Amino acid sequence: MTEAGQHVLANHDPVLDDFASEVGVEDPVAIAGSRSRWPSGWQLDADVRVVSAPSGIVIHQPEEMLVTVRAGTSVDELTAALAEAGQRCPLPPGGTVGGAIAVGHNCIQRLGRGSVRDSVMQVRYVSADGRLVAGGGPVVKNVSGFNLPKLLTGSLGTLGFVCEVILRTNPIPVRSVVASVADADPFVVFDLLYRPSMVLWDGVTTWVELEGHPDDVDSQLGLLKGLGQVTADVDLPELEPNRHSIAPGDVKSLLGAGARFVASIGVGTVWTETARPHTPLDTQVIELSRRVKDEFDPTGRLNPGLKPWT
Amino acid sequence: MKPRSLRNLWRNRAGVARSGNDDPVDPMVAQLADALAPERVRVDSVARALYAHDASVFGGGASGPVCFPTSLEEVQAIMRIAMSHGRSIVPRGAGTGLAGGAIPLGEPIVVSMAKMDRIIDIDPAGRVVWVEPGVVNLDLSRHLRPLGFHYAPDPSSQQVCTIGGNVANNSGGPHCLAYGVTDVHVVAVEVVLVDGTVVMLGGSCDEVDGYDLRGAFVGSEGMLGIATKVAVRLTQNPPAVKTLLLSFGTVADAANSVSAIIAAGMVPAALEVMDQKITVAVENFVNAGYPRDAAAVLLVELEGMPGSVEADAARVADIGRDHGATGVRVAADDAEREALWKGRKTAFGAIAQIAPDYYLHDTVVPRGRLADVLAEIYAIADRHDVVVMNVFHAGDGNLHPLLLFDGREPGAIDRVHAAGAEIVRASLAAGGVLSGEHGIGIEKQMHMGAMFGPDDLDHQERLRRAFDPYCRVNPGKVIPAGHSCADIQSLRSVPTGVWG
Ligand SMILES: Cc1cc2nc3c(=O)[nH]c(=O)nc-3n(C[C@H](O)[C@H](O)[C@H](O)COP(=O)(O)OP(=O)(O)OC[C@H]3O[C@@H](n4cnc5c(N)ncnc54)[C@H](O)[C@@H]3O)c2cc1C
Repeated sequence: MTEAGQHVLANHDPVLDDFASEVGVEDPVAIAGSRSRWPSGWQLDADVRVVSAPSGIVIHQPEEMLVTVRAGTSVDELTAALAEAGQRCPLPPGGTVGGAIAVGHNCIQRLGRGSVRDSVMQVRYVSADGRLVAGGGPVVKNVSGFNLPKLLTGSLGTLGFVCEVILRTNPIPVRSVVASVADADPFVVFDLLYRPSMVLWDGVTTWVELEGHPDDVDSQLGLLKGLGQVTADVDLPELEPNRHSIAPGDVKSLLGAGARFVASIGVGTVWTETARPHTPLDTQVIELSRRVKDEFDPTGRLNPGLKPWT
Repeated sequence: MKPRSLRNLWRNRAGVARSGNDDPVDPMVAQLADALAPERVRVDSVARALYAHDASVFGGGASGPVCFPTSLEEVQAIMRIAMSHGRSIVPRGAGTGLAGGAIPLGEPIVVSMAKMDRIIDIDPAGRVVWVEPGVVNLDLSRHLRPLGFHYAPDPSSQQVCTIGGNVANNSGGPHCLAYGVTDVHVVAVEVVLVDGTVVMLGGSCDEVDGYDLRGAFVGSEGMLGIATKVAVRLTQNPPAVKTLLLSFGTVADAANSVSAIIAAGMVPAALEVMDQKITVAVENFVNAGYPRDAAAVLLVELEGMPGSVEADAARVADIGRDHGATGVRVAADDAEREALWKGRKTAFGAIAQIAPDYYLHDTVVPRGRLADVLAEIYAIADRHDVVVMNVFHAGDGNLHPLLLFDGREPGAIDRVHAAGAEIVRASLAAGGVLSGEHGIGIEKQMHMGAMFGPDDLDHQERLRRAFDPYCRVNPGKVIPAGHSCADIQSLRSVPTGVWG
């Protein structure tokens, strides 16, 4: 309950206040989690202070399908805590919650678990001038005001330092199976199945994750058998080092390139052996992104040197 | 101000633009007519009166010329012409918004996107369809069904509302509980900014580099630019569907069943509650087969593979009975299922039969607080002597109290607004939010300060300023005056002599 006249998102958490003071208002400052997702090639000048977000799970409310967690918490700790109550969230494993949100990359089961950005219901961050700012709201459905949680997710800490988020959680399905199918057209596999949690393809083998009621998982496995040799309970393929996102309808073009790859069918995330040339964003998008950065961090003190639009 | 005939305008536009009444004809209107076509720029009083409203209860709108562009280039031209005349613009879809988002303030150019209604390209491998923003929500799903897909967000207004309006309001619907609201389904938006620049936000890739400007645009209530093209996801049609109707002796039992269903680890496609007053109204209207004697009914839809649908149906029925359900009915066939949904989706039409006016509210509370807040809403309505009916997306705690009134009765609308404000306060106090799907518009602008602090509002305004530094795109909405750039000036700076 809030006091009359007090705004709802302003509940004071001294831990977050301390973090805001630490971020300060003037000098260049960078935020680091566990550095497991550190942007490649980003080097900090010697005068840049490095801070870390506070950690800890504030509250998990399984019946509301929500968890409030501080950004410095490790994703694996969060995953374990959610699992105790039979739930999960779409953050990819490893690193910190804040790092996963700053980078915004989805997990390989993106089809079944949803995207990182769609799971962020509320975000609290420290602004370039040291203020604690909140966007979104503490419920699963909310269109009050502009969508700052979306803007902050994937912004690489260049618009504000995320210190606490409320994430939507989901029940863990009763059964979950990873199976492989040899020599099938991955798109035929994808079309045959009803909402698979994952379909990966390396040009020869297709891996699927099927989740849900055991009878349904079995019947889906049965359908797959019509396409080729099916092996259940297999390991996932080793992912190649270079991760990119391409149009999901274009993944077959990787076949011609001659290098090893793993592609996520229906999503378009691909892991390739050789790095692909960087495609710059449209100039209008770059211009707009610069204006966003200038509004949120006029002096460029947050994570100096990082420019997500380049 | 006298209505001007476009024909006169058109006749004169090459020479001195003057109407038959010797009024000086607005050069801006002449430029608009030139850039579009005279019949697609309306300045007559009928059009301007029609487009001064949306489906909300708010009056006070004042429209400038109403434009009906048919292409990206025409939308760009409108933006440039508006800029050169210092005029604001307001984008508009079907005008079904309930928060006043499309209401023109300060006689802006109204840009109706209704004529840009082509389904451009369906990409089944990428599971994406590109559409123009004027495509009607239900038309899109109807078009996709035979291909094995549909568009998941299904607002109750889906027979008329447009994808552009859905994107701007980040609209929801009964089936968004399992599938997510609009922003989960939008992969790209082509936007014309205030100066006529075109930006493609997002793209066909799942993870586009840079800021998530697409995500920031969805739900921006027409204040960041005009969407001219949208790519949305295709959702597979479910192999099995089961619809259950549970009846309860109290509204609280229905609400508590909803919490218990979610707590049991199920996420049904839809969990909708209707109280007795609205159920009876619906029955009188369409005869959907709802029990008239139940204090509340809970409509549950389970979608997916047959195994989970069957198992969950049994669990839902058990949970309902444990929470006092007096009746559990499973729709036997498609006809019965469709009748039940027809009842739910025509609820608002049913109201029109029994009260001249209604105000449909929209707040969200934590599911666990549904029963308390509902009790409070009934008490608030009583105190203000207003009839309230509740029909809502219970699964995500999204309340929709319907306040009935007769606008001709002196003081009625004031009582309704007072009750509405209390409902908002009660929802916030329970840990909820101002709006789950209708948006802020002008309706809840004055409540924004109760949910957000000054710093939060300042950052929302910064986002808006990055897109529209001039505050000319749908000014006067969402962000309360005082936190908002130059809204007041822009609303008052309509050049003199333009509209009299
Ligand atoms: C009976 C009834 C039931 C409803 N049920 C639901 C429901 O279940 N769920 C729900 O979420 N809503 C519901 N609504 C509200 C409304 O239908 C939605 O908000 C809808 O998305 C509005 O679409 P529209 O095309 O009518 O937009 P409009 O009302 O014309 O405009 C809405 C907003 O979108 C902006 N806009 C429109 N097109 C564009 C564009 N191309 N580019 C940029 N901005 C644009 C406008 O400026 C305005 O701010 C209901 C309304 C009614 C009347």
